[in-house]
Amino acid sequence: MIEVANISKRFFDHQVISNISVLFERGKTNLIIGQSGSGKTVLMKCLVGLLQIDEGEIFYDERPLTKMGFTERKQLRQEIGMLFQGSALFDSMTVEENVMFPLSMFTEMPIEAQRERANFCLKRVNLTNSNKLFPSELSGGMKKRVAIARAISPQPKYLFCDEPNSGLDPKNSIVIDNLIREITQEYQITTVINTHDMNSVIEIGDKIAFIYNGKLWWEGDHDDILITENKEINDFIYSTKLMQKIKHLTTKS
Amino acid sequence: MQLLYHIGRYFILLRQVLRRPEKASIYRKQIFLEINNIGLDSLGIVIIISIFMGAVVAIQTAYNIDSPLVPRYTVGFTTRQSLVLEFSPTIISLILAGKVGSRIASEIGTMRVTEQIDALEIMGINPAGYLILPKIVAAMLINPIIITISMFVGLFGGWIACAGGQSVTPDTYVFGIQSYFKAFEVFYALIKTVVFAFIITSVAGYQGYYTEGGALEVGKASTKAVVHASILIILFNLILTQLLLS
Ligand SMILES: Nc1ncnc2c1ncn2[C@@H]1O[C@H](COP(=O)(O)OP(=O)(O)O)[C@@H](O)[C@H]1O
Ligand SMILES: [Mg+2]
Repeated sequence: MIEVANISKRFFDHQVISNISVLFERGKTNLIIGQSGSGKTVLMKCLVGLLQIDEGEIFYDERPLTKMGFTERKQLRQEIGMLFQGSALFDSMTVEENVMFPLSMFTEMPIEAQRERANFCLKRVNLTNSNKLFPSELSGGMKKRVAIARAISPQPKYLFCDEPNSGLDPKNSIVIDNLIREITQEYQITTVINTHDMNSVIEIGDKIAFIYNGKLWWEGDHDDILITENKEINDFIYSTKLMQKIKHLTTKS
Repeated sequence: MQLLYHIGRYFILLRQVLRRPEKASIYRKQIFLEINNIGLDSLGIVIIISIFMGAVVAIQTAYNIDSPLVPRYTVGFTTRQSLVLEFSPTIISLILAGKVGSRIASEIGTMRVTEQIDALEIMGINPAGYLILPKIVAAMLINPIIITISMFVGLFGGWIACAGGQSVTPDTYVFGIQSYFKAFEVFYALIKTVVFAFIITSVAGYQGYYTEGGALEVGKASTKAVVHASILIILFNLILTQLLLS
């Protein structure tokens, strides 16, 4: 469980995050949604400590992030898996080496055990027979899967995904979304996902936090969001013709 | 102001680079990899340039001493002095600043803009140490060897020039390169080389590490790495020469 308490983040005079408090539960896919530029990535980077927050606190199962010393923070980092928007695979390493990397760095596992674990994770994301390929030889969807495999290989307690299906076609998006959700439930991970994809919102939104103008504007789940009266969230959901049509049809029936 | 900011941030980065490595065996592996990338990959161009420069220095010296009062072996002596004191340690380091510096800055810069550095950090790795330290160590180990090779190859280039010309016989040339030899001069050259190796890799690492933006900025970072490293090499060349030779 991750508890976010009154956090704010500013770049010079640009207030990107203002006083956000929210709770992300274990075993659930928690979504942060909002338009491009609304501060989702900044919020996520604050959560994991890649950016320093100006105010507030983040509790990882009661452990306050900003009070952690060097070694505690390093310990926490090893419990965190993160999926970056552009996958961020290491170009100079093969698929297998990418997935083995966190293990080789932080465990005393013999190389064979590392390879076995990597293969297990790659199989879990349905990616076999690509072990010796380099990231430049993979499609967008395959890169995301490798990135997921790399994130879960050290068995994290917390998983962060920044726009996991950006740049993917709708079918692959659903595959990736479902994969993240299955992994979250299977290993009881606390998962936080940034997205602006309505499909994901409806498919995997166990808990949804809507960010607007750097503030937490609305909270709920994938059922609540379709019936809310909140204007900004309706503007966000029904910004596409497709969604408007769906709304029209559902209100008629 | 801008300069102070960069100097401050450079030293902060260096402190991060020198933090205790997470796992020694991984760093060792990286150092060997970098010795290959930084050193052995540059050997070809260094050899070509050194042969030609050695030959040119020998020919020019021979051309300049047409007085019968100056002994012919001076050609060998002068070629050796030019190569050992200045050409091999300084000029070759400047060439390496171009080749190795741009490579390091663009490699690390690309990792920055594609969030690979964030990915390392999130795993609990010290990205500055992991990415930059092996490069610094590798260059400080391999560059003295490259520069020594450059000296020998340059002297050989001079020998070829003498063998191909009429004014100095190869034997006189060889006698020249052996005369008035001071081991300290080689030591001076290697000290310079090691300092320059540190400058090249740490400045390029700095430029790459703080890249912000995209592909365009990676290109800019790599240009800056070469320019700044070159200027620092010239500056430290003067300082070290003043300290060690005067
Ligand atoms: N390092 C930074 N320095 C200054 N401004 C930033 C920085 N990172 C992000 N921002 C600004 O913060 C805002 C939110 O960005 P971001 O979190 O990337 O949005 P998104 O919701 O699309 O992920 C943007 O206006 C962006 O310009
Ligand atoms: Mg974003």
